[in-house]
Amino acid sequence: MTKTHVTATINGETRDFLCEPHQTMLDVLRLELGLTGSKEGCGSGDCGACSVIVDGVLMNSCLMLAVEAKDRTIETIEGVAPKDKLHVIQQKFLEHAALQCGICTPGFVVSAKALLEENPDPTEEEVRYYLAGNLCRCTGYDKIIRSVLDAAATMREEAR
Amino acid sequence: MSAKQEFKYIGRKNLRPDAPDKLTGRALYGDDLTLPGMLHGRVLRSPHAHARILSIDTSAAEAMDGVMAVATSADLQDMEARAVNVGEQDNNFKSLTRNILAREKALYHGHAVAAVAARTPALAGEALEKIKVEWEVLPAVMDAEAALAKDSPVIMEGLMTKGLAEEPTAPSNLAEYIRLERGSVEDGMAAADVIVEKEYRTGTVHQGYIEPHACTARYDESGHSTIWTCTQGHFDVRAMVARLLGMAASQIKVTASEIGGGFGGKTTIYLEPVAMILSRKSGRPVNMVMSREEVFRASGPASASVNRIRIGAKRDGTITAMQASLTYEAGAYPGSAVRLGCMCVTAPYAVENLLVEGRDVLVNKPKVAAYRAPGAPQAAHAMECAVNELADRLNMDPIDLRLKNAVKAGDRTLYGANLKAVGLIECLQEAKNSPHYQAAMSRDEGRGVATGFWFNAGMQSAVTLNMNADGTAVIVVGSVDLAGTRLAMVMMAAEELGIPPERISINVADTESVATNSASSGSRTVFATGMAVVEASRQLITDLRNRAARMLEVSPEEVEWQDGSAVHDDKILSTAEICAAAARTGGPISASASLTARGAGPGFAVHVADVRVDQETGRPEVTRYTAVQDAGRAINPPYVEGQFQGGAVQGIGWALNEEYIYNEEGVMENAGFLDYRMPLTSDLPMIETVIVEVPNPFHPYGVRGIGESSIVPAPAATATAVSHAIGVPLTTLPCSPPRVLAAIMARDGNPVSGPG
Repeated sequence: MTKTHVTATINGETRDFLCEPHQTMLDVLRLELGLTGSKEGCGSGDCGACSVIVDGVLMNSCLMLAVEAKDRTIETIEGVAPKDKLHVIQQKFLEHAALQCGICTPGFVVSAKALLEENPDPTEEEVRYYLAGNLCRCTGYDKIIRSVLDAAATMREEAR
Repeated sequence: MSAKQEFKYIGRKNLRPDAPDKLTGRALYGDDLTLPGMLHGRVLRSPHAHARILSIDTSAAEAMDGVMAVATSADLQDMEARAVNVGEQDNNFKSLTRNILAREKALYHGHAVAAVAARTPALAGEALEKIKVEWEVLPAVMDAEAALAKDSPVIMEGLMTKGLAEEPTAPSNLAEYIRLERGSVEDGMAAADVIVEKEYRTGTVHQGYIEPHACTARYDESGHSTIWTCTQGHFDVRAMVARLLGMAASQIKVTASEIGGGFGGKTTIYLEPVAMILSRKSGRPVNMVMSREEVFRASGPASASVNRIRIGAKRDGTITAMQASLTYEAGAYPGSAVRLGCMCVTAPYAVENLLVEGRDVLVNKPKVAAYRAPGAPQAAHAMECAVNELADRLNMDPIDLRLKNAVKAGDRTLYGANLKAVGLIECLQEAKNSPHYQAAMSRDEGRGVATGFWFNAGMQSAVTLNMNADGTAVIVVGSVDLAGTRLAMVMMAAEELGIPPERISINVADTESVATNSASSGSRTVFATGMAVVEASRQLITDLRNRAARMLEVSPEEVEWQDGSAVHDDKILSTAEICAAAARTGGPISASASLTARGAGPGFAVHVADVRVDQETGRPEVTRYTAVQDAGRAINPPYVEGQFQGGAVQGIGWALNEEYIYNEEGVMENAGFLDYRMPLTSDLPMIETVIVEVPNPFHPYGVRGIGESSIVPAPAATATAVSHAIGVPLTTLPCSPPRVLAAIMARDGNPVSGPG
């Protein structure tokens, strides 16, 4: 099968890769680019563990074909934190004990970042509806929601 | 209620050492390892729920370019039906080898039949299509009642029921009959003013861990094979794979990856031996990962059940007799958790006259696996809903009714144990006094209360504690960290040694780097492995004092250990100073402790649920929820709350939405997260928690397990709330919108045909 050559900006870096037409963005991130922080929990867009931000839009990378990445800008969990410290959202997850097994955590962090970029001051209900595409089986979500609300408040404070 | 002041670190919030890796995507899970030359394995699965395998022809698949190996049950030796306790449930190797790769028959839709290793996952998938299997399709038996019917096909040829008073004369699908009894139920019922008698049902549910089963195996002909896998117990993986493949345990090193959820479902094995066979046949490392669909069809689930309850009580609420008959589906091979259900079902109640029967029944569904307090939630659903109905009949507050009959220290359980310190009464009182229970409800809401019990386990743990030259410490454990147990270990060591938690690191070691540990199951890790950490810390302090005494040229008795330093009169040697001098005082400073932990304190939980039901659509929505539980001692309270909340929400899912839906051919129709509907953020309120601390006298800090009791009351509390919201007792889980709507319509005199 002929492979397609794709160039995309991933976490601020220009990356080249070859992919087969059927390959998902998630497969390429994990298998070709070594970015295993995005997880495959379902492969059908139901769990959000593979969430990435594509040109500013939150996406399930398991539902995106890798060839669609051509000339686009993709942010994965690996690109969320500044080099030597955690992002505010990650810091709040840490402080609020908002992760248990951690497999869904990258997806939640990426989704929360997309949410707070769109809406810096969400209500609890808005957070709950925005994150409804991310499944967590460990926490019951309580501490995740608190972390995101707290991160939003801190980010608003910092932006002032 | 708490004694946090006594401690410097325990009971206070601390940050998890492993969290940054998990928050940034650096942590490596089951499918995150790549080895040079690695192949990808895929599994061919049975398209039939019950069928005899007449022949398998793999030649076309083997001939494909890029296909490196093919495996079938012919690559596995047959095994004796010897029961081996692994994790929380018995496994017998005759069943296990057949579950790994079907031998004579496929016993459920999705049963593994063959496997292929190829250069890419896609190529492996194409190769599966080239494998030809000749089938003789047999009738599928899809629920326990059908399986127990006289004319039912027998799923496992020659299966004779265990536990019957009279030896069975013919094989059947009843694998085991259990009977536990004390006093006289008939006398107790005769003394009752009110008797509640009812049948309850629960559906097949899945543990629902977000990480599918995944592993990478590398066979090494010189005896150094490795397995990387997401498991709750890597020593158990080693033992099971070694026995299945006729290898010695010393020939396999198993490394537990980070684990993306287990809940009991990752205490057994599916892919690991297959990957090892494929690696042996191809000479290359083989990675295997299940799709979500495969996870649903071929791993987990927890038993569907049919449970009859009979309770007799005096008008003042004194329960005079309890009777339970629990029938659990085992799936394709014997070994459901029905025995544990039988042992738990009456545990919260101090009642003289008890009779509990259990039945373990084969059906053509995947072999069930442990799921968080295995067997207890189904039993508690039935018993607690019946107790709530009794409270309604007696016009009595359901918490008062439970307080009147609650077990306390000194009471003897039906399964034989005498309870030591237990916190059921404290939990009931806290629930009663909670702001939630005091609050009024709106007209379309209902409230449910339930209690839950879990034994908690001890089992084997071994740890090593090494001091570094700068006075920092490393804890080496063999207990997989499912949800923050590393932090609890660090905090206990910090408390003992007097070193800040930031100066202690912890490593979950592979099977060759620490002595054998039982799996992280049975809510045992912080209790048992924590006990070993405390013991090793105390040994280490003795050694540090001895070394300080040498340095100070005094006798060890003259040296005290205070807050991380050795003290003699006005002379103080810090841990760092003692460690820096280790070469001169006897070499590296290290201590190991290994134990079989006794005295795991049983855990009680009490949940309160409020549910609003949309009377037009039948959709239930949890509006408020409180989880109260005895933690013995909360080492790190936020993570204790997290266990309560997570358990509660899994139980809410069990109550309201989750179930396997099968068609007439025995094919699961909702094998994905869209249709197997686990709770989402938007389904739930915050989950309020109350941590009760009745210290476990057998643990140095009073710890009792918390991971499993937390799910047990949830299905009953939630289902009762739905029943109260619509004014009709619902007896079948899940209380999904169609079922609730049908109950509302029937209540209003407009019966509709529904899922019943």
